[in-house]
Amino acid sequence: MVRVVLRRLSQLGVTLIALMTLIFFWLRSLPGGPVDALLGERATPQTRETLTRALGYDQPIWVQYGRFLRNVVTGDFGNSIRTGEPVADVISRAFPATVELALAAIVIAVGLGIPLGYLAARHHGRLLDNATIVVTLVGISVPIFFLGYLLKDWLTQGTHLFPPSGRISTGVENTGVTGFFVLDGLLTREWDASADALWHLILPAVTLATIPLAIIVRITRAGVLDVLDEDYVRTADAKGLRNATIRKRHVLRNALLPVVTTIGLQTGTLLAGAVLTEKVYNWGGLGTLITDSISGSRDYPVLQALILLAAVVFIVVNLLVDLSYAVIDPRVRVR
Amino acid sequence: MNGPGGMATLADHKRRRIDELTARTAEGGGVSLLRDAGRRLLRNPAAIVGGAIILLFLIIAIFAPLVAPHDPVQRFPELTGGLTVDSIPGASAGHPLGSDPLGRDFASRMIYGARQTLFVGVLATLIGLLCGVLLGAIAGAAGGWVDMLIMRITDVMLALPSLLLAITLVALARQPTQWTVIVAVAVVNVPIFARLLRGSMLAQRESDHVLAARALGVRQRHIVTRHMLPNSLTAVIVQATLTFAVAILDAAALSFLGLGDPDINRAEWGLMLGVDGVRYLEVRPELAYFPAIAIILVALGFTLLGESMREALDPKNRR
Repeated sequence: MVRVVLRRLSQLGVTLIALMTLIFFWLRSLPGGPVDALLGERATPQTRETLTRALGYDQPIWVQYGRFLRNVVTGDFGNSIRTGEPVADVISRAFPATVELALAAIVIAVGLGIPLGYLAARHHGRLLDNATIVVTLVGISVPIFFLGYLLKDWLTQGTHLFPPSGRISTGVENTGVTGFFVLDGLLTREWDASADALWHLILPAVTLATIPLAIIVRITRAGVLDVLDEDYVRTADAKGLRNATIRKRHVLRNALLPVVTTIGLQTGTLLAGAVLTEKVYNWGGLGTLITDSISGSRDYPVLQALILLAAVVFIVVNLLVDLSYAVIDPRVRVR
Repeated sequence: MNGPGGMATLADHKRRRIDELTARTAEGGGVSLLRDAGRRLLRNPAAIVGGAIILLFLIIAIFAPLVAPHDPVQRFPELTGGLTVDSIPGASAGHPLGSDPLGRDFASRMIYGARQTLFVGVLATLIGLLCGVLLGAIAGAAGGWVDMLIMRITDVMLALPSLLLAITLVALARQPTQWTVIVAVAVVNVPIFARLLRGSMLAQRESDHVLAARALGVRQRHIVTRHMLPNSLTAVIVQATLTFAVAILDAAALSFLGLGDPDINRAEWGLMLGVDGVRYLEVRPELAYFPAIAIILVALGFTLLGESMREALDPKNRR
C-alpha cells in the first residue's frame, strides 16, 4: 500500500518536472521570448534590455532553468502581466470559487446520478430506462457552454428565477473566512449572504454537473445490471434475504465500485468544464482566470501556474480515488 | 432386397447428419468475430440511428454546393439592410433561415458548416489516431526503455484534462488558426490511442498466433504489421468513432473561448455557435440553436455508432 502511494507520488513528481520543463522551454522558444510576451512587440530596446536584465534573462539558459524550478518549488511564479500582482495571490483568491463550484457540481452529479442510474437499471428495458439512456446520451453531446447560456437565458432574463452572473449580489455583506461564500455565511452567521451565494451557485453548478451526471447515471446503470446477474445475488435471493437487504448490501455496494473510479476521472471534466461554465456565468474562479490570461495578450506567468495547478489537482484526486478504491474493494487491498 | 436399401438409407442419414453438422459449425464457430459483430450491429437500432445520422450529414457535407441556396460567404444587401444593433433579419423569401450577423445567408452557412465541422472532426481524429497508433505500436513492439519512455510521455499528456491541454496548446501557439485547433484537439487524443494500442499489443505478444509466427521464423516487423496491428484495429476504430464526437465538442469549446479559427468567413458549427450564436442569443436565438442542434446530432450519431460497435465486438455478447 505504502509502496503504491510512493510510486504514484514519484510518478507525479516526474510528470510535473517534465511539464514544467516543457513550459519553460516553450515560452523561451516563442519569437522574442518571454520579454516580448511581457512588453509586447512595440517596446523600445532600452525598456526591453532593462527588463531582460531585471528578470535575469541575460543569464545562461541553465541558470534560468534552475532558478525557474526553484521558484516553482517555493511557490513563486512571478507577477501577473495583466494586473502586476503576485501570481500566487491571484490564484489563491480564485481557487476557492472554483472548488466551491466543482464540489456543488459533484454533489449534484452523484446525488442525482446514482439514484437515477439505479432506477433505470431496475426498470431495465422499460420506458424509464430507455428515456434515461436517450437523455444521458444527449446530455454528453451538448456543448456545455451552450447549455449554460440556455439556462441563463430561460431562467434569469425575464423570469428572474436566478441571478445571471457572479457569486454574490452586490450590496450583500459577506465576511471572508474560507473563500467558500456559502460556507462563510454559515460560519459568520450571515444567513442572508449564505442564501444569496447558494442562489448564485445553483445554475453554474447544474451546468457544470451535466456531463458528469450523465456519465454517472450510465455507469451506475451498467454496474447494477452487471451485478444483478451475479451468482451471489441469486444466492442471497435463494437464502430468502429481504429485497431491501439484497439491494443495499449486495447490489448497490458492488455496483458502485466503478462509480468511484468514474468520479475520479470526472475531475478532469470538471476542471475543463469550469473554464467554460465560469466564462458563461462570470464566476471569477480559476476558469475565469484562464480565460482572462489567454484573451488578447497572453498572461504567461499566470497561465503556467494554472497549468501546473490543474495537473497537480487532477493527479492527486485520481491518486486519492485509487486509494479509496483499495479501501472499498478488498480484492484490490490483497494485491 | 431390403438389406442394401436399408444400408443406403442409413448411410444417407449419416452423411446428411455430418453435412448438417459441418454446415452448423461453419455458420457458428467458423464465422469470424468481425462478421458476427457486423450482424449484431445491423440488428441494433441504436447503431442504425447513429449510422443514419452520420450518413445524412455526410451527404449534406459532400453535396453542400448543390444543397445550399447561396454562397455561404456572400453578404446580401437585402439582409445587411435589415441589420441593426438589436435585430437580425429572420426568414424571408430566398433566405429560409434568415441572416447571420454579417448579412450572410444563414441556411447556406449551416449547410456548408457540415463540411467544415466534419473536416475538423475527421482530421483531428485521424491525426490523433495515426500518431497515437504509431507511438503505441512502437511501445508495444519494442518494449524495454522505449516502451517506458513513450508511456512516461503519455503520462505527462494525460496529466492535464483533455480540454485544458487543448487550451494550453492553442494558447502557447502564436496565433490561432484552423490548424492550431485541429492539431490541439488531435494531440489530446494521441496518448489515449497510444495506450489503447500498446495494451492490445502487449496482450497479443504472448498469444498463440504470434508465438506461432515467431516459431516459424517470421520477422519481427512482419509480425507487428501483419499479425498484431490488424488484431488491434477494431478497438482503435471504436475509439476513433467515440473520439470524433468529443473532437467537435472540443473544437466548439475552443471557439467559444476565443481560441478558434479567426477566419470570419469560415462556416463551421462550433465557430457559429461559440462566437456569434452565444453573442446574439438574445437578439436571435436561432443563430445558436441551429448549430447547437447540428453539433448535438452529429456527436450523438458518432457516440451511438461507437458504443454499438463496442457492444457488438464485445465477445461477452456473442451467442
